[in-house]
Amino acid sequence: MGAEFVQFSLTPILIGILASVACALPGNFLILRRQALIGDAISHVVLPGIVVAFLLSGVVAAMPMLLGAAASAIVAVVLIELVKRVGQVEPGAAMGVVFTTLFAAGVLLLEQSDTSSVHLDVEHALMGNLESLIWLRAGGWGSLFDPVALATLPPELGRMALACAVMIALTLVFWRWLKIATFDEGFAEALGIPAAPLGFGLVIASALAAVAAFEAVGSIIVIAMFICPPAAARLMTSNLERQVLWSVVFATLSAVAGYVMAGYGPLWLGGSDSVSAAGMIAAVSGVILGLACLFGPHRQRVGAARSGGVG
Amino acid sequence: MTGTAGTKDVVAARIGSGHRGASSGEAALSVRGLTVSYAEKPAVFSVDAAFAAGAMTAIIGPNGAGKSTLLKACLGIVPRLSGEVELFGQPLEKARHRIAYVPQRASVDWDFPATVLDLVKMGLFRSVGLFGRLRGEPEARARACLERVGMAGFADRQIGQLSGGQQQRVFLARALAQGADLYLLDEPFAGVDAATERAIVDVLRTLKSEGKTVIAVHHDLATVTEYFDRVFMINVSPVAEGPVAEAFTAETLMAAYGGRLAATHVDELALAGTRV
Repeated sequence: MGAEFVQFSLTPILIGILASVACALPGNFLILRRQALIGDAISHVVLPGIVVAFLLSGVVAAMPMLLGAAASAIVAVVLIELVKRVGQVEPGAAMGVVFTTLFAAGVLLLEQSDTSSVHLDVEHALMGNLESLIWLRAGGWGSLFDPVALATLPPELGRMALACAVMIALTLVFWRWLKIATFDEGFAEALGIPAAPLGFGLVIASALAAVAAFEAVGSIIVIAMFICPPAAARLMTSNLERQVLWSVVFATLSAVAGYVMAGYGPLWLGGSDSVSAAGMIAAVSGVILGLACLFGPHRQRVGAARSGGVG
Repeated sequence: MTGTAGTKDVVAARIGSGHRGASSGEAALSVRGLTVSYAEKPAVFSVDAAFAAGAMTAIIGPNGAGKSTLLKACLGIVPRLSGEVELFGQPLEKARHRIAYVPQRASVDWDFPATVLDLVKMGLFRSVGLFGRLRGEPEARARACLERVGMAGFADRQIGQLSGGQQQRVFLARALAQGADLYLLDEPFAGVDAATERAIVDVLRTLKSEGKTVIAVHHDLATVTEYFDRVFMINVSPVAEGPVAEAFTAETLMAAYGGRLAATHVDELALAGTRV
C-alpha cells in the first residue's frame, strides 16, 4: 500500500465512499416512506438535463452539468406530482412514467446531438468514470500533507465531500422532524412540524445528492445506494438511529469492497482485465442486501403486512 | 326522502339548543363556517361548533360524515376551504402547545423501526424541540405516561410487536406526554380489546377530572351515554350538538344516520329520550 495506491486507488475509493454515504443517508427515510423509487427516478431523469446542459454550453464541464441535472430533477419531481394529482395516478406509476419518459428523451437527444468529440455517452452516464478519478501528482502518503500535490486532487473529490457533508448535516439537524413525520405525518403536522415541505425537502436533498454522485460515479451506484444499504440496514436492527449507522457502514463497505474487487478480483480469478468499479460497487451492495435478507436478525419485519392495519 | 322538512326542523332545534349550552362556559375549541373538500365533494360543509371546555364530547355520525376530517381540519392537517378555528379563544398556531392528538391507529406503519419509548417521546417534541435533551427528566416523563396507560413494562418493546389494543394505549401515552389541555382523539376505541377500552376510558375520565377537555371521534353508539357528557353529531353538516341528555335522541340519530341506522338498533340504544 504505497505510492501507487495513493496515486491510483485512494481518491476513487474516497469518492466512492462519499457518493455512497451521501445517497444512503436520505435513502433510509425514502425507504421508510415507501418512496424508494424516487432515487431511481432522479438518477434517470438527470440524463436529459446533462445533455441539454452540454448542448447549451458546448462543453462537458461540472458546473453546467450539475445545473442541468438539478434542473431536470426538479422538473421531474414537479411532473411526478402533476401526473399524480391531475391524472389521479398512483404514485409508483406516476414516477415510473415520468422517469422512463425523461430518460428516453435524454437518450434520443444524446443520439441526435454531436457528442462524438466529447466523453458523453449513455455508458458514461450509467457507469460514471470512477477509475479515471486518479491523483497522478501524488508521490505517496506524504502527498496528503503537500499543498502543491493536494491542489491537483480531482475536483470531484471536493464536490462529493461537500455533498456528503451537506447530507450528514441535514440528517442531523432535521433528525427529529424526519423521524416523527416519517412515522406519523398527521401527528407531526398537529405538532406544527411542516411535514409536507419536509417531505418535499427530503426529495430535493436526495436529488442534489444523486446529481453530485451521478457526475462522479454514474447512475448505477446512485440507484443502488439509495436502496441497498438502507434496506440491508433495516434488516439488521429495529432502531432508526442504529439503522442509519448500519446503512453508512454498508455503503462504505460496498464502495471499498466493490472498488477493490473490480480492480483485482478478475486478476485473482486468473483474468487479465479489471471490471467496472461502479458496476461492482452496486453489485456488492446487492450481495450485502441478499446476505442481510438471509441472516439479518430483524428480517421478519420488513415487508410484513401492516400489523396495525386491521380494525 | 319524504321527511326532509321535518328533519330540518330537528336539526335547527338541536343546533339551537347546543349553542345555548355551549355559551354558558368557555369553548375549548370553536369552529365557524368550516368547509373542507377532497376533490369536488365537500367532506365537511359549513360547520359551526363550540366544544365546551372541561367536558368529554363524542363526535358521532355515519361513515364518510367527515368526523375525522373535522378533527384534522381543526389541527391544520387537512387544508380548510373556508372557515375559522379557535382554540381557547386563540388561533391554532398560538395554541398548538395546548393540544394533544391521537390519530387513527391504522394510519401509521407499525413496522417503523422504533421502540414504545421512542414513540412516546415523540409527544415531547414541543417541549424539547429539535435539539433539546430527551434523556433524564423528559424520559422519566415519557415513562410516567406509559405507566398511566398500563404499558410501563413495554417501554423497550418494538412497536411492531404490539397488539392493536397496546398500540392504542401507546398512542394515548404519546398524547399524554404532550401535556396538553385539549385532547383530540380519532376513534380511540376502534378494534381494541375490552380491557384496553376500560383503561382508555379511565385515563380520559382522569383527564376530565383534572379540568382537561376531551373530544373523541366515536363510532360505537352503544357507549356514547356511558362515556361522554356531550355529543356533536355530524353528517357533512352539523346535525345536533349539546349534552348527551338533550342531543343524543332517536330524532337526531335518524337525522344524522337516516336509513343507515336500523330502527331496531335505535331501540336498543341507551337514548336520552327513552330513559327518563
